[in-house]
Amino acid sequence: MKYLALIYAAPGASPIPDTPEFGAYLGEYETTTNTYIKDNIMLAGEALQDTNTATTVRVRNGKLETMDGPFAETKEQLGGFYLFECKNIDEAIKYAAMIPDAKYGTVEVRPIMSFD
Amino acid sequence: MIGKQQILAHEAIEKLVREQWGKLLACLIAHLDDFQLAEDALQDALESAFLHWSKNGLPRSPVAWLLQTARRKAIDRIRRSNNFKSKQQQYQHLLELEKDDIQSEETYEISDERLRLIFTCCHPALDKKSQIALTLRTIGGLKVDEIAKAYLVNKETMAQRLVRAKRKIKLAKIPYDIPTSNQITERIDVVLSVIYLIFNEGYFSSNSTGQIRTNLSNEALRMIRILDSLKPSQPEIEGLLALILLHISRINTRQNLNGEMIKLEFQDRPSWDKKLINEGIKTLHAALRHARPGPYQIQAAISAIHAQAKTHKTTDWGEIILLYDELYKLQKNPVILLNKSVAISYFSNAKNALKMIDELESDLYNYQPFYATKADLLRRNMQIGLAKENYLKAISMTTEQTTRTFLENQLKEMLNSTL
Repeated sequence: MKYLALIYAAPGASPIPDTPEFGAYLGEYETTTNTYIKDNIMLAGEALQDTNTATTVRVRNGKLETMDGPFAETKEQLGGFYLFECKNIDEAIKYAAMIPDAKYGTVEVRPIMSFD
Repeated sequence: MIGKQQILAHEAIEKLVREQWGKLLACLIAHLDDFQLAEDALQDALESAFLHWSKNGLPRSPVAWLLQTARRKAIDRIRRSNNFKSKQQQYQHLLELEKDDIQSEETYEISDERLRLIFTCCHPALDKKSQIALTLRTIGGLKVDEIAKAYLVNKETMAQRLVRAKRKIKLAKIPYDIPTSNQITERIDVVLSVIYLIFNEGYFSSNSTGQIRTNLSNEALRMIRILDSLKPSQPEIEGLLALILLHISRINTRQNLNGEMIKLEFQDRPSWDKKLINEGIKTLHAALRHARPGPYQIQAAISAIHAQAKTHKTTDWGEIILLYDELYKLQKNPVILLNKSVAISYFSNAKNALKMIDELESDLYNYQPFYATKADLLRRNMQIGLAKENYLKAISMTTEQTTRTFLENQLKEMLNSTL
């Protein structure tokens, strides 16, 4: 069986960068990730940039619609995900628009956080 | 004491910001791949220019001087930044450029990267407000507080909007590029809608910040001219350019000395700016020759009919009605039908216009001009009681002072004349 664990948290609820608590918090994540790797259960895991960097994509009547910001409708539920490796957001939007459910629901595109 | 040199330096810098900001910034972003860093470095360079030019006079090529100084400032900022290590590539690239420049400083001509900048600022992954603010800031070189004033928000809110947009460009990797040919038409549409909104904001609303808003119309004219020069022979770009020219040609006759609005019917036609009208019509003809009509071209064509009519009465209303029909085919917007009803009222009479207007109410019940138009039509059809009701409704929906005064005067006039 494969499972996707989605991490939801209100902005500001967890420790903020440049505080000692944040260092400890990242340390905890590292320990946890290492446990997953050691136990050989991790297929992929990433942190996302905040919702301010999100773009939502829909296809209606064959026409691509993009919107700034995260997907906010609560009626629809998360049904799956893809992890893309793309040159830039135009390419990511292009591939996101190919997802069949972009015609019926909405796809949210969020950049992956890089820690360097 | 402010010396003459200082004044000259200050004036030269103001002029450069006005005319070259977008070009310089576009060029810097191309090298730095970072909006915020480019803007900060250019700001540093301008400060430095003021110090140096006040003392030593202007350099031979102020633009090249600014560009080179801005690059050095960027190098400096990268060196001082916390994540210097991760910026090695960017840093090396800048050092390379620095070497090239030393030999060629005098003949240096900066390449025009503004088209890329326009498309990035108007990227559909940014919201409309951010697109507008970014375009005015980066292409137009308007200061943050100027943009904030024009859009009636405080400076901090506007600054934050800009920071957030620049951050998204960076983190979500919004490309700094001209879109591919299969996307270009749609992306040009987004750019045009941004320029059109900037224009409308300046043209159709005026209040205590009237002057600033008029500047927004002129700013929109400047932007569309830039876009037209960078991407020539695009029918809708030419269409919007024509539309803006034709509207601005009558901008000075739209208000009386007390700042009150004057209807098209009562404007002083001989005072319309002939030069702008001629350019507008010439541009429209160039657009129409491509035989690819679009909403901006059609609106410009309507505006051209007004511009060419000797009097309000002899305006070719029949042609205007046909153009509104064409426009409605492209954009199913009930406001177009509302405008068409006004044309019908002059083509035949107000009664015929009123016949078609009622079915628009369910779509436009939140739209103040609907009630203002309806009131005017009712007044002309001698239905004074109903007209009053609609004037009052329109007034209650208007917060903007000039429009409010205009409607109140219309109502007063009507009631006085029927006493």
